[in-house]
Amino acid sequence: MSQATETDAVREDGVIESVSGPVVTATDLDARMNDVVYVGDEGLMGEVIEIEGNLTTLQVYEETSNVAPGEPVENTGEPLSVDLGPGMLDSIYDGVQRPLAVLEDQMGAFLDRGVDAPGIDLEKTWEFEPTVEEGDDVAPGDIVGTVPETESIEHKVMVPPDYEGGEVVSVDGGNFAVTETVVELDNGEEIQMRQEWPVREARPAKEKETPRTPLVSGQRILDGLFPIAKGGTAAIPGPFGSGKTVTQHQLAKWADADIVVYVGCGERGNEMTEVIDDFPELEDPMTGKPLMSRTCLIANTSNMPVAARESCVYTGITIAEYYRDMGYDVALMADSTSRWAEAMREISSRLEEMPGEEGYPAYLAARLSEFYERAGKFRNLNGSEGSVSAIGAVSPPGGDFSEPVTQNTLRIVKTFWALDADLAERRHFPSINWNESYSLYTDQLDPWYVENVDENFPDRRQWAVDVLDEEGELQEIVQLVGKDALPEDQQLTLEVARYIRESWLQQNAFHDVDTFCSPEKTYAMLGAIETFNDEAFDALEAGVPVEEIQDIDAAPRLNRMGVQDDWEEYISDLEDSIAEQLREKY
Amino acid sequence: MKEYQTITEISGPLVFAEVDEPIGYDEIVEIETPNGDTKRGQVLESSSGLVAIQVFEGTEGIDRKSSVRFLGETLKMPVTEDLLGRVLDGSGQPIDGGPEIVPDDRHDIVGAAINPYAREYPQEFIQTGVSAIDGMNTLIRGQKLPIFSGSGLPHNDLALQIARQASVPEEEEGDDDEGSEFAVIFGAMGITAEEANEFMDDFERTGALERSVVFMNLADDPAVERTVTPRMALTTAEYLAFEKGYHVLVILTDMTNYCEALREIGAAREEVPGRRGYPGYMYTDLAQLYERAGRIEGREGSVTQLPILTMPGDDDTHPIPDLTGYITEGQIYIDRDLNSQGIEPPIDVLPSLSRLMDDGIGEGFTREDHEDVANQLFAAYARGEDLRDLVNIVGREALSELDNKYLDFADRFETEFVDQGSETNRSIEETLGIGWDLLGGLPKQELNRIDEEFIETYYPEDAESETAEEVAAD
Ligand SMILES: Nc1ncnc2c1ncn2[C@@H]1O[C@H](COP(=O)(O)OP(=O)(O)O)[C@@H](O)[C@H]1O
Ligand SMILES: [Mg+2]
Repeated sequence: MSQATETDAVREDGVIESVSGPVVTATDLDARMNDVVYVGDEGLMGEVIEIEGNLTTLQVYEETSNVAPGEPVENTGEPLSVDLGPGMLDSIYDGVQRPLAVLEDQMGAFLDRGVDAPGIDLEKTWEFEPTVEEGDDVAPGDIVGTVPETESIEHKVMVPPDYEGGEVVSVDGGNFAVTETVVELDNGEEIQMRQEWPVREARPAKEKETPRTPLVSGQRILDGLFPIAKGGTAAIPGPFGSGKTVTQHQLAKWADADIVVYVGCGERGNEMTEVIDDFPELEDPMTGKPLMSRTCLIANTSNMPVAARESCVYTGITIAEYYRDMGYDVALMADSTSRWAEAMREISSRLEEMPGEEGYPAYLAARLSEFYERAGKFRNLNGSEGSVSAIGAVSPPGGDFSEPVTQNTLRIVKTFWALDADLAERRHFPSINWNESYSLYTDQLDPWYVENVDENFPDRRQWAVDVLDEEGELQEIVQLVGKDALPEDQQLTLEVARYIRESWLQQNAFHDVDTFCSPEKTYAMLGAIETFNDEAFDALEAGVPVEEIQDIDAAPRLNRMGVQDDWEEYISDLEDSIAEQLREKY
Repeated sequence: MKEYQTITEISGPLVFAEVDEPIGYDEIVEIETPNGDTKRGQVLESSSGLVAIQVFEGTEGIDRKSSVRFLGETLKMPVTEDLLGRVLDGSGQPIDGGPEIVPDDRHDIVGAAINPYAREYPQEFIQTGVSAIDGMNTLIRGQKLPIFSGSGLPHNDLALQIARQASVPEEEEGDDDEGSEFAVIFGAMGITAEEANEFMDDFERTGALERSVVFMNLADDPAVERTVTPRMALTTAEYLAFEKGYHVLVILTDMTNYCEALREIGAAREEVPGRRGYPGYMYTDLAQLYERAGRIEGREGSVTQLPILTMPGDDDTHPIPDLTGYITEGQIYIDRDLNSQGIEPPIDVLPSLSRLMDDGIGEGFTREDHEDVANQLFAAYARGEDLRDLVNIVGREALSELDNKYLDFADRFETEFVDQGSETNRSIEETLGIGWDLLGGLPKQELNRIDEEFIETYYPEDAESETAEEVAAD
């Protein structure tokens, strides 16, 4: 997190009155809501969450074992803030932006208490190249220079949004530490490569715009049926083991965003380790650069303190907004928002607040919508366009979507990818249920697909949806009488639907080739199935029995389209063989 | 150290006492009853003037005149390699009549979280010799893989079979150095003496006791103590793994009893209950146990967890299995129907899962075709299961020849692949071999999850011709 800078705001120390897990009360503390405090002799980091007369309630971001009444509480007088500047990419933080690599250096493999570290290295120097000159006028948000942050990302140094702006009176290019002033304004304001921002406050922008470009994910069922826009919002609810995390990882790997902020909120340690291990080895399919060089990770795993879990999504979205301000498309994944909601619930119940539905605080819905509101496509203060797409996993207890977090999330987000335990059990991956899921962006994104993939894209998608719908209805009959009792044309429809499910909707995240599928390939694969459909129905009409149609050698090759590197040739050959083999029969 | 005789209230497992000095949160407390018993407890809430104490051994016999001593430190586990071979009670006191334990160090039982940046991703295949696990839901060193069972089901047999048979194939080649011996930590929480004996007898019979540390909290031991037992066990496991280089397998049973104890304490504190009366923080609490499995970069050993839980009413949406499944790296389901059919071990592979499997199998780990074979077996078995419902309605004759093959496949899968008995130890090659044998009952073109190259290599030679003959004979 931000190392609260010395200000004249430093106030009177308080005294601990009581300790109960992550919640501590203090008396005589002169503080404002959300001020960051250091608690006890060890100086554990905490935040003011309630003030009642002389009694202040704090949530503490570290374990409180052995902390006792009577110990001091020191107020920094600053709200919980993050450090923003070069060095955030290729980093991994805990929920309050402490770099986990630095913590490991300082305290070894286990997370000890009372250690603080700045979010970005204050000593490291970066090469600052100014884009303004003396005499230029700059306003809040304006870009004053650039820094090569990683192989793939050029960091833009901006006038902080809470500055007044003015005329540049001095500007220096060259190597500087992030705390050194690189640009000075006539009103005395000094600009460094680093700025601070309170995490619970959205960074300002000029206006929100309607998103019209898809966030291409490389996942067929998403790009093909339920796309999310750049600047859009999506929820992935599902019981344990249904594929939330793998889907989020797939998006973090393959989505065509400029920047990825991945928030592991109250989930498994090894899942974060997996990302740390895999990402540096993987290439961004768009730029060919290592994926890690566009990624910022925030890991507050399930066994780390619960208060920091509450704050980690805010830390993540603030970092996302900062890169958006530079004009980048940022994708933020939060796995899982339910753990964040539960952290709210845990703290709320220790505060003895009136519980709402299922014990969640009454402000649950408000917090969720505030969070997703920070996503969007924006016209930034500096006139550039940027976006934050927010994709939240939801972990409903018992897999029951009627619970408060799922329901409140669904009221806000525009894309719903419903995971299905039954599909997961039969290892149909990704286990996204095509009947329940939806995207409200399809209409506004269609022009993009028409222009960039194929004119026929929306129609072909509709065809697939229709076949799957029909299959759903036919399956109900099959359950009663068996497949062979259906008329031949319906049997054939079932066969076509099976190919849509097995060779198109299914996609193996762990296969080197299949893991990523371009929109062109997605479209072409569905085209091959449509070819089979058309040729097969022609054959049926010409009197060929359905078993013979199903049995042609070429048909099972549809199932291997996904794993083909050289898919264009494979698919066109396959379409030829299908036509040839079927036409031979009549 | 000051003594107080200031107890103001006793309520369930909790004692409230007035104090005139600051007492640390989580601090250890000793309470001496008038008849001379000493009970241990822990500070649950500390405010100036008043503390709430959770008493591990139960509040029986405590009255307002009992004296309360605060020990000024949090609960510690004395650790040493000499613990191997010892039997302790649920709060770490020896009960085997053996010599006093001379600790090497004393570790806080609330373990600090492993920094995710310091973890090493677990990838080492453990061969359990059980096909339903090795083939379909592979166990990896450093994984936390619970057994989801129900009351009266043979989960203990499975846990013991794994403990007996678990090996890492490269060990056989003898390139394992001294530093990485195998150890078992057994943490019993509220199980019956009979169940406990089942474990102890097996440990003794196989000589496993020598490399085990046993923590026993039995059904008639105090319930609150159960909240401490797994922490004692895991603290010992971490010490042996990360300081002494052991590969430690931790068996914790029964997590359901642990959770009941949490609920009891929550109720006594009059907390706002979460789902079905369990505390709202149960997810966090369980995570602080389960996440203590794993590997750490640069350290030799590992902690693998095999927690056992009995699902109340066989319902996996109950908070205990549900929250567990959300934290652990998969789960193994013991199935009541398979059990009554006599399948041993009665593992239902479909809802079972090993999340670490993908990176721990395949070429260089198990065998190149492993992932594809597993995927195909899953898909085929799921299809066969579906058809069973239909067959009940329309009869076998109404189904196509192919559908009948899938039905046969599902039957054979259960009786040949899953049902192996508790004494059979299969190598991964044997397991995959049986898998291919079963797949041979399906036509080649049905094997769409398997790379064509592997079909070429492994598909049983005679199978295709058999299938063809059958067709001809029809
Ligand atoms: N797209 C996919 N391709 C292959 N396997 C998948 C895919 N999605 C999920 N899985 C399998 O399902 C398991 C559980 O997925 P995960 O995302 O961890 O579930 P959740 O986060 O919902 O609990 C994974 O370990 C993996 O084996
Ligand atoms: Mg997950």
